[in-house]
Amino acid sequence: MADERFDAIVVGAGPAGTAAAYTMARAGLKVALIERGEFPGAKNIFGGVLYRKQLEDLIPGWWKEAPLERKIVEQRLWVLAEDSAVTFGHRNQRYEDPPNCWTGLRVKFDPWFAGKAEQAGAVPIYETVVTGLLRAGERVRGVITDRDDGELEANVTIIADGVNSLLGKQLMVHREWRPDEVSLAVKEIIQLPRQTIQDRFNLEGDEGCTIEIIGNTCGMAGLGFLYTNTDTLSIGVGVMVSDLKKKRIKPYEVLDALKRHPMIARLIQGGEVKEYSGHLIPEGGFNSIPALCGDGWMICGDAAQLVNAVHREGTNLAITSGRLAGEAAIQAHQVGDFSARTLAAYDDAIRASFIYKDLKKYRHVHSLLANEDTQQLFDALPRALNEAAYEMLLVDGVPKRDKQRKAIRRLKEAAGGAYMDLIRLGLKGWRAMNG
Amino acid sequence: MSASIEERLFTIRYKADRVSHLIIKDQEVCLACPTKECNWFCPSDVYLWHEAERMTSVAYENCIECGTCRIACPTYNIEWVYPKGGYGVTYKYG
Repeated sequence: MADERFDAIVVGAGPAGTAAAYTMARAGLKVALIERGEFPGAKNIFGGVLYRKQLEDLIPGWWKEAPLERKIVEQRLWVLAEDSAVTFGHRNQRYEDPPNCWTGLRVKFDPWFAGKAEQAGAVPIYETVVTGLLRAGERVRGVITDRDDGELEANVTIIADGVNSLLGKQLMVHREWRPDEVSLAVKEIIQLPRQTIQDRFNLEGDEGCTIEIIGNTCGMAGLGFLYTNTDTLSIGVGVMVSDLKKKRIKPYEVLDALKRHPMIARLIQGGEVKEYSGHLIPEGGFNSIPALCGDGWMICGDAAQLVNAVHREGTNLAITSGRLAGEAAIQAHQVGDFSARTLAAYDDAIRASFIYKDLKKYRHVHSLLANEDTQQLFDALPRALNEAAYEMLLVDGVPKRDKQRKAIRRLKEAAGGAYMDLIRLGLKGWRAMNG
Repeated sequence: MSASIEERLFTIRYKADRVSHLIIKDQEVCLACPTKECNWFCPSDVYLWHEAERMTSVAYENCIECGTCRIACPTYNIEWVYPKGGYGVTYKYG
């Protein structure tokens, strides 16, 4: 390996790394795409939803040939209490054409995408762990792998090694994530006949729906999800690691509690669990984004905390960041300068993109979740909302005015006891979402 | 329909290396740890404290490489690296 010299090395063949490799290879750069799994996607997990727009910027019409599950025409939000739910949702025929997003499975999607990079000329180096970076002072000049004679040199190294990003840590671009900057998601793939899924979720053909779930997460800051695939369901729950540490509840027990909920149980009933999985989700948001480039390196995707947790968007931010890093590398290649000053074009491009703007909008959400009483936000309030709905809709001779008072009192109590608590929490929530 | 953790882990394909990629740096630190929370937060039950032997056992073959322990161990007493290339977990769905 030592004799080979590349223009660029990409570490990690997930959506960010592959997007970078594809972009550069297509422009004629000699690119190595390194992946530690047996194949791209082997170790990758997401909810998960794949979005059309950001990959279309790279491969127009990609979705007509990529392995996808169901086209999402309806997105639901369920606020759960123990045996009830307040539900919201939006379904629209306009999501049929052009589609907005699909459910997907990474073991199918990632190899397809990496195959595109390979076809464009990227050299796949799989089953290989990058254990360190080759340095020349501040400059990164390549990588050290766990292969024999495993040093590889390049003008630029793109770090897309995922949420744990050991390379980012070696480079000191980020310290260890704090337990409140990441969530642990556990997920199961549950197999059911295609028609059963369509009947249970009110779908036809390749239509799909997603359900995001708040509440019933054992009082932890977290969100559940239930997504329809072609002939499987993806069900999971992500909880903030700092809460998980405190509660002494096993992650899969939080998932079990979700699966037992009467609204959920009927949707997954009779299905066979085909796979259990778990993964960290970077949820630090805007304030956790590290420096994005330096002499001879750039960092993308989960490794750079580029996830919009509020909208559960991740793969699209990864793909766009990878593309932008790839484009910056092409510019650097053209001028023959890979210094931090030239690669700053990547930083500028991120700042001008939806990634930076969206994460900035929600910049205060993380501190709201990390600092507020999560039992209150993720347990007491969903319960109070359910109780309020129950009271208002129950016809039992109690005058509506009394019912409304009682409903508001419940919400007030859940927020801390006083009207001011409810208003304060509402304002805080609003500000967090519109920072 | 709740499966045990053993049944769950059985759904995952692993290629276990002969040596662990997870190492407890100092068992004395585990002994002194008041919470031993790794016994709870790991999604695949890799860590278990044995009172009689006064040690934390590491079932690294079950590890799904999420990284929670690396971040959540209160004393950062777990040395965490990736399994060798091609080893460890390989998902079938993802």
